[in-house]
Amino acid sequence: MNKLLNSLKKAIFDNKVIALFVVLCVACMAIAETSVSYIAAEVFSRFSRNACLVLSLIIPCLAGLGMNFGIVVGAIAAQISIFFVVHFGFTGLGGFMLCVLISTPLAIFFGWLVGKLYNNTKGAEMIAGLILGFFAAGLYRLFVLYILGGVIPFDDPNLLPRGFGLRNAYDLTGSLKYALDDISFLNVCVVIGIIAIVAAVVTSAYAKKKGQTVDKNGAMKKVVIGAAALVFGIVGRFIPMVNLLFGSSRLILTDVALFGGLALIVYAVIKILLSLKKGEKKLGKLIAMAVAGVLLMAGTVIPAVREIYQAVQLPSAAYGVIVLFCFFNNWIMETRLGQNMRTVGQNRGVATSAGINVDKTRIIATCISTVLAAWGQLIFLQNLGTFNTVQQQDNVGLYSIAAILVGGATVQKATNRHAVIGVILFHTLFVVAPLAATKIVGDSAISEYIRMFISYGVIAVSLALHAWKTVAKKDDKKANAE
Amino acid sequence: METKYLLKMDNISKEYFGNKVLKNVQLHVAPGEIHALMGENGAGKSTLMNILFGMPVIHNTGGFEGTIQFDGQTVNIDSPQKAMELGIGMVHQEFMLIPGFTVTENVKLGREITTPTIASGVFGKSLEKLDRPAMASDARKALDTIGLNIPETDTVGGMPVGYMQFIEIAREIDKTGMKLLIFDEPTAVLTESEAQKLLETMQVLTSKGISIIFITHRIDEVIQVANSMTVLRDGTFVQHVETKGTTAAEIAEMMVGRKVEKLVDDAGKDTRTISDDDILLRLKDFHVDMPGEKVRGVDLDIRRGEILGIGGLAGQGKVGIPNGILGLYKSTGTVKFEGEVIETEKLGAALKKHIAFVSEDRRGVGLLLEESIENNITFTAMQIDGKFLKNYGPLKLFDSKKAREHALDMIKQLDIRCTGPEQYAGRLSGGNQQKVCLARAITMEPKLLIVSEPTRGIDIGAKKLVLELLAKMNREEGMTIIMVSSELNELRSLCDRIAIVSDGQLTGIFAPDASDAEYGMAMSGVKGGNK
Repeated sequence: MNKLLNSLKKAIFDNKVIALFVVLCVACMAIAETSVSYIAAEVFSRFSRNACLVLSLIIPCLAGLGMNFGIVVGAIAAQISIFFVVHFGFTGLGGFMLCVLISTPLAIFFGWLVGKLYNNTKGAEMIAGLILGFFAAGLYRLFVLYILGGVIPFDDPNLLPRGFGLRNAYDLTGSLKYALDDISFLNVCVVIGIIAIVAAVVTSAYAKKKGQTVDKNGAMKKVVIGAAALVFGIVGRFIPMVNLLFGSSRLILTDVALFGGLALIVYAVIKILLSLKKGEKKLGKLIAMAVAGVLLMAGTVIPAVREIYQAVQLPSAAYGVIVLFCFFNNWIMETRLGQNMRTVGQNRGVATSAGINVDKTRIIATCISTVLAAWGQLIFLQNLGTFNTVQQQDNVGLYSIAAILVGGATVQKATNRHAVIGVILFHTLFVVAPLAATKIVGDSAISEYIRMFISYGVIAVSLALHAWKTVAKKDDKKANAE
Repeated sequence: METKYLLKMDNISKEYFGNKVLKNVQLHVAPGEIHALMGENGAGKSTLMNILFGMPVIHNTGGFEGTIQFDGQTVNIDSPQKAMELGIGMVHQEFMLIPGFTVTENVKLGREITTPTIASGVFGKSLEKLDRPAMASDARKALDTIGLNIPETDTVGGMPVGYMQFIEIAREIDKTGMKLLIFDEPTAVLTESEAQKLLETMQVLTSKGISIIFITHRIDEVIQVANSMTVLRDGTFVQHVETKGTTAAEIAEMMVGRKVEKLVDDAGKDTRTISDDDILLRLKDFHVDMPGEKVRGVDLDIRRGEILGIGGLAGQGKVGIPNGILGLYKSTGTVKFEGEVIETEKLGAALKKHIAFVSEDRRGVGLLLEESIENNITFTAMQIDGKFLKNYGPLKLFDSKKAREHALDMIKQLDIRCTGPEQYAGRLSGGNQQKVCLARAITMEPKLLIVSEPTRGIDIGAKKLVLELLAKMNREEGMTIIMVSSELNELRSLCDRIAIVSDGQLTGIFAPDASDAEYGMAMSGVKGGNK
């Protein structure tokens, strides 16, 4: 019993940043007395909007660059691409892909510059990135408020009503709004299926050509999953029931919980049966999976939960991209480049003597982060629909970093899990704290202050708590040594 | 007949900031031999090896002069990568290991085995995927070669240093085409049995045709394993000799350039009067909570004017005593200085009473590495006594003129080899750093000077200077000194009395001429003589 208590204590202490913010969220919810379904709907939509930006922070963190405040320049690259796409009148998914095409090389170039700066400010990357963000935002303002139209001829009365100087806010409705979110789930399945099959086939063929052993098992798995997704995506639209449930671009959480839960249970049961056959004993995780599946499904019949489920709509393509970002982060860490980044992140001296080009690795990490941030900002804007042309980028770094820190990341270590948990907690707080404050003070004007206060406070508190953890660990070590 | 050499470095010269650290040095290594590179600290061994390995520190400071021939070809080694491509590997003095990585990841660091992916087809090799099973089996093979039985999946952090050394070696021999391995003082951090095993491993490696450059201070090890050696002194080439034709004494002589004599031969005239009634420092039931060097109840009187030695084996608590007095670690019990109690829990209380301390942790506690020699010498005295300050009304400003005069004086007095008082303390060799530490202590004009391991990691020549300086201050100026040292010989050549500590407690206080047996017994924990 005591042991259990101790391990519980340790678990709470190790996750105390998360624990603190969970408590804060619950307290604010209790004070605000808002319906949970409203909060859930809001948080899920904010999640689809912000997660990619936050996920772009992971790679530079592992490469020892700390929290990359420089993602602001990625956001700027995305915004510049939007001007041109809007100006030339491209709309919808095509316009969105064009934005990606234009912003990527821009982001690589900006990332390279940022990486150069970081290499000259080793050990102070975070503060350098923060200041660089302000500086870049200043240059950007000069560009959009004066140079665009003022120096470079750019005739677009819609964007530049006075001939120069971009208008403050631009409505993307009808051009890029929901360009990505409007892809139906069945189409997402088709795309995923094709990607998986092509990846498996090309990788195997390439390995064969190079005379290396082909990972047949892995390739088969990919082909099977890909084919299943492809078939589901194509055939599904001709089956009325499936088309009704999954044909739309936004899935109702009820359906996702129902079928996702079912899939989890089926997967877990098959795995359990297989490992029982092999005589393996470690089933805890699989059983937990099955239980989670059951709980998810059970929620659909409990009225209170069902109400929340019904209120939440998931834009399937955006969530698909988030999953891809997570996969990408994991995959890159399994490559030689990723291993080099981790080495550089742990100790630059060792990396140099192992023949790793430290500066180049750091620049690549910064470039990847900047590109991911640019794409993240595009996803953010197409979902939001209104584009605050002059200052949209200003809080990108601050909010993203606050979010990942709330999720338990440190300046030395960040994972996809930290990002996901962090976005959920941070944005829950972001939604409920102003409501709670309004309730207490009775004045709704306070919400903007509260948000600023939260995001800076969050960074300070979580950094302080992590420092406490580090000190406690050191003391632990000392005690053990004796 | 001319021997065919694997490596020929000729006329190598190198300057750091106008300070010539290597002058026309040569180094010739034959295939399949162990070649010892000998020299005192600061003789230029590390610089020479950094040149051979193409370390950035060389090329960031203006490169070097001279030629390198490897395997008969003249080569230009401008990066560690280039060195590795040629088949040169280095086992570093500070471990080049990543604590958070597994043994496998460390062994294969920078040379991971990978399989192609689609992305690698487009963007190049760096996006190939790691092949962990293949890496693990390679690592296992390398570990087996040197006989290290640890799981290759373990994380390196927290392993004993001996293991880390062998993991480094495993990494080097795992490289294909390895022709020359550099061992930079590999035995310095090892226990005796580990060191023996390492020497055997080196011989196994040469039997496979790999040449080894072996950098060490320990003459006996060189005689045991090396085939030939190059001796450097003060950045110049002294001699290339075969081990067979020489003796330990000759090697030592080549290194130092003068006959190795007894440690102190110029102690100055003894004008002291030491009395048992005049106690300067009194420790009563003194406990110190220093990890690895715990003190468990020591009673000790230090008489005014004497040099008291504190000896004992490593980890028995001798180093804990001075650290406790100075308040660097938590302590209990009473410390009385000139009859007054020192509150050891207050950091700096001892300093205020003019007790100066030269720490055994020179680079950590002893010096501000990124500050000039001058600042290092003056800052404690400035903090404690307000020396080197000028009053301008209510303001006190740094008196740079006085400080400079004093620093120059100290540099001259203690023969600190440097480019000037503005050189960073971190750029000095070990012996000169120690002299800076001493200079700072002296500047405080202490009533009691505590020196801890004053000669650790410094070469014979500097050692002698340091000890003579201590003797001179004691004999001529009557400064009371506590000297903590692991080297009994050193203590016996200098001290009036020597206290031996074992398991955190005093086991005896001896005269310097007491027999070896008495000392041996006391060190092994048998309570004995008291003088």
